[in-house]
Amino acid sequence: MSAFEPTIIAFVCNWCTYTGADLAGTSRQTYPLNVRLIRVMCTGMVDPQYVLKALLEGADGILVSGCHPGDCHYINGNYKARRRIKLLKTLLPQFGFAPQRLRLTWIGASDGIEFARVMRELVEQVRALGPSEAGAKMVI
Amino acid sequence: MAKTALIPVDNGLLPGLREFLRQTLSRPEIAAVLVPCQLPMKAMILPTLVNDPERLSAANPLAPAFPLNAARMVSRLTRKAAGGTVVAVLRACEIRAFIELVKLKQARSEELIIVGIDCLGAYATRDFLRSAHQDVDALTGRFVESALGGGDGTVDGVCLAPACQACAEPVPSGADLIICLLGADTDRALPVTAATEKGEALLERLDLPGATMPEARETAVAVLVNRRRSQREAMGETTRALTDSLEKLAAYLAACVNCYNCRVACPVCYCRECVFATDVFDHEPCQYLGWAGRKGAVKMPTDTLFYHLTRLAHMGTACVGCGQCSNACPSGIPLAELFITASAPLQEAFDYHPGRSLEEKPPLAAFRDKEFEEVVGIK
Repeated sequence: MSAFEPTIIAFVCNWCTYTGADLAGTSRQTYPLNVRLIRVMCTGMVDPQYVLKALLEGADGILVSGCHPGDCHYINGNYKARRRIKLLKTLLPQFGFAPQRLRLTWIGASDGIEFARVMRELVEQVRALGPSEAGAKMVI
Repeated sequence: MAKTALIPVDNGLLPGLREFLRQTLSRPEIAAVLVPCQLPMKAMILPTLVNDPERLSAANPLAPAFPLNAARMVSRLTRKAAGGTVVAVLRACEIRAFIELVKLKQARSEELIIVGIDCLGAYATRDFLRSAHQDVDALTGRFVESALGGGDGTVDGVCLAPACQACAEPVPSGADLIICLLGADTDRALPVTAATEKGEALLERLDLPGATMPEARETAVAVLVNRRRSQREAMGETTRALTDSLEKLAAYLAACVNCYNCRVACPVCYCRECVFATDVFDHEPCQYLGWAGRKGAVKMPTDTLFYHLTRLAHMGTACVGCGQCSNACPSGIPLAELFITASAPLQEAFDYHPGRSLEEKPPLAAFRDKEFEEVVGIK
């Protein structure tokens, strides 16, 4: 049996984190292939159900990442995202979901090196947690 | 005139309340009364919009029947100007749900006077229909006697719905007028107290003797609330033990057939069009085959856990604990226990109490510059 490779779904905002990821690429930074980026216009549009879907489809980790507070292209989308993550981090552990599997970060458009570092660290953290229950069992 | 008056009930609680409603309806400024009434064709109680005072003889706001949360009905009556003031007799949890709907702009509190009665709880609709037979008034009498006489409302072995057993908010604090049963001398008169200016204005125009609040009330309310709180805690403990992993949660919801009745019955499930009813969930046939191929097997209908978790994430902060989700479930899943238990930490996290105040914004519709820093970062 091959070693566990975690799957991480990352919802990244168009204006900051996605651009930061782009910068990481053009700067020849490397980060693990485990992270699947989903570009959204703003973290403020990440409905809790997107996170739930990823979780139930077997993602081992979920990242939501957007602009630093005060930098949101749409003024306050990231503040709304923070409340939704707070909600999910309160709801999901009640059903045995490790809260460390869900992360929210602020990574700016100029933070290419930071982006690659966070991805590397996140993958190692999730790898240490092991596979998520939803991926291993039929809980649909 | 004092803010508290007395409704004479020497001839019985129901006749006294009907007379109070008749008097209210006779005021020229009141267009209609929305009150639970017995249907003419069956021993069943449903909210009824009454215009003819004669028809109030069927009114029965004390019956242990709670077939739906009437906040939705009040929303239908108030979402636009109706051209007349309606007096709505509601349970405490219906008032809380209504306040949530006003905040969501799905109802208006203008042209509406809410009359709340201390809530003694209700049976699940299935149980009510079994025990009501034909004489609902007689059942109501025995029910009220049990509930106010130190019992728990159990009549002939039929007990309150689980959500009502665990309801720690029986006093309708959001009402304009509150009719008190707890601590009242229910053989003589029920105190009715105005909680708002609107309520006071109506009370002043009614021909009722003034009064003060009975001293026994505070203790009577505290006794009931404490009993209900400990029942809620016990319910929470049981439910948490049954659902503390995703696999156990899936087992808890295993009888779900995705009929979505719980969402229809929920007074605070606010989306006009539920995403689960849209073509987002009209999956392509090949997708099902793909899922079955990837996991080895896939239960159909799919997305059951996804649906319930999404509902919890969407309306958990607004859950008023009315228990209509359980009442509506054809498979008998104890949904109210799950939703009440899982919602409590969400409401606590945002220090939000659904139905407490019109001024408090729903937590997901507001934010502050500096808050919840602990959820940011990967440390």
